[in-house]
Amino acid sequence: MKEKKKSKWNRKPMVGYLFITPWLIGLFGLTVIPMLSSLYYSFTNYDILTAPRFIGLGNYTSLFTDPKFIKSLQVTLKFVFISVPLQLIFALLIALMLKKNRKGIRIYRAIFYLPSLFGSSVAVAVIWKKLFNKEGLLNQVLAIFGIEGINWISTPKTALYTLILLAIWQFGASMVIFLAALKQIPEDYYEAARIDGANRIRQLFDITMPILTPMVFFNVVMAFINAFQSFTASYIVSGGTGAPLDSTLLYSLYIYMKGFSQFQMGYAAAMAWVLLLIIAAFTGLLFLSAKKWVFYND
Amino acid sequence: MKKVKISTGIYHVLLLGFGILLLYPLIWMVFSSFKDNSEIFRGLSLLPKTWTLANYKSGWQGVSGITYATFFLNSFFIVILAIIGNVSSCILAAYAFGKLEFPLKNFWFAIMMGTLMLPMHVKLIPQYIMYNSFGWVNTYLPLVVPKFLATDGFFIFLMTQFIRALPKDIDEAAIVDGCGSFRLFARIIVPLSVPAIVTTSIFTFLWTWNDFFSQMIYISDVKLYTVSLSLRQFIDAMGNSSWGGLFAMSTLSLVPLFLMFVIFQNYLVEGITAGSIKG
Repeated sequence: MKEKKKSKWNRKPMVGYLFITPWLIGLFGLTVIPMLSSLYYSFTNYDILTAPRFIGLGNYTSLFTDPKFIKSLQVTLKFVFISVPLQLIFALLIALMLKKNRKGIRIYRAIFYLPSLFGSSVAVAVIWKKLFNKEGLLNQVLAIFGIEGINWISTPKTALYTLILLAIWQFGASMVIFLAALKQIPEDYYEAARIDGANRIRQLFDITMPILTPMVFFNVVMAFINAFQSFTASYIVSGGTGAPLDSTLLYSLYIYMKGFSQFQMGYAAAMAWVLLLIIAAFTGLLFLSAKKWVFYND
Repeated sequence: MKKVKISTGIYHVLLLGFGILLLYPLIWMVFSSFKDNSEIFRGLSLLPKTWTLANYKSGWQGVSGITYATFFLNSFFIVILAIIGNVSSCILAAYAFGKLEFPLKNFWFAIMMGTLMLPMHVKLIPQYIMYNSFGWVNTYLPLVVPKFLATDGFFIFLMTQFIRALPKDIDEAAIVDGCGSFRLFARIIVPLSVPAIVTTSIFTFLWTWNDFFSQMIYISDVKLYTVSLSLRQFIDAMGNSSWGGLFAMSTLSLVPLFLMFVIFQNYLVEGITAGSIKG
């Protein structure tokens, strides 16, 4: 039986290729070739109207003397390294609270999940802009306590934190993933631990956390990659400029400004490749570190 | 017994309080959109003193003489094409990865997973240059055509996981019955994959509806504007005068997302978990 089936497929190995043809066309036409040409453009001066002019490493060297680029790199790293951990900690804590099947769990899950669906929309960025400005909701609340709030969005020290808060606000998607993983842990594990006299804290650190580490790893990698590409909120909140004083100039926004308002396509392509290298380096480190802390059952 | 009840009470108060805090910005916008323009930033009361639809009427007028009817239709049009594209192209690839054997299958699958981690920026500029040379800039083609080429690897992965988990005896029985791989796909795999298809459709809906970056790059004609783009334009056009109208249209722009959420909540939750937990 098995033999027969195998030989049947072997005679038609190309059927599989037929089914992946659209994807293969997309892979080469919209990913591989564009990536290679963007690498080429990154070594050129290109404004779309005139032919690209080869300038070697020129874009890369000017990147690191461009104060705006350095600033946007700093802003982005700060954004990523504050928002990702906090977002995941929230996701994990709330998931742990929702683990037990109590009444109303589904409603709570829905409430906490909702922001992550809306979060990347222009509408929510609009809300944020009005939440944290001078006469916004936050300051109205502060006024009750007699505190006169500042305009959080136009103050360079605080502007980025409003965006970080917006990122953390969207912890729901990771929470749902944690929650599903938590539900898969067999109840007997806890039963056995209780018999051995392990208290709740011990159970959390000796059973729940180790089993959860693959999910934590997955969420960290994905949240990280997404955070580096964050765009809409910083564009809307800062009016497309990264204001005030470039304090919300996220990397994507600066690429957009260089490529599509100043038409320095070569420069923008170089930035994109630097971003790819940064993301690759960090994910590489994460994967290397995984051996030390991620626990695989099989 | 009593102790249990108190702790349950605290539990619910904590979670509910936190939930309200989270949703408060949204609730605030919704109620503000029914307030008179002068009332929005004055007074702390959440509920409007007098309910008015004036903001909806003025907001609906849109920008540059084009109303929100057009913007909503445009958004829906792109979303529907994106759904058709994503579902049809991704399920083909997912069937091959999930059920067929072919040379280099694992290699291609690994490549596909790798593309999930690529930042879109490394493809962005050459893609723009290419679409520009095709004369596609300022049309919906750059937003829609890639979907027919399965560029959203996440959905291939999601459907592959689903198709792989379908019981083996189904396809073995079909093969014994003389079903070729095409008929197996059309008659058995596609009908059984409806849950994965629904999940893919919903996520495509949400992501395309919320998309701002690529729409902004490729669309400049106001007639072709989507809801996202029109909201941006609204902020630029009005200065500080009519937040009411902006709030009203922002609220409306979230309504389709909210409806999707209410109707398909379980698919959404299963979708994001299926993508991460091995089946």
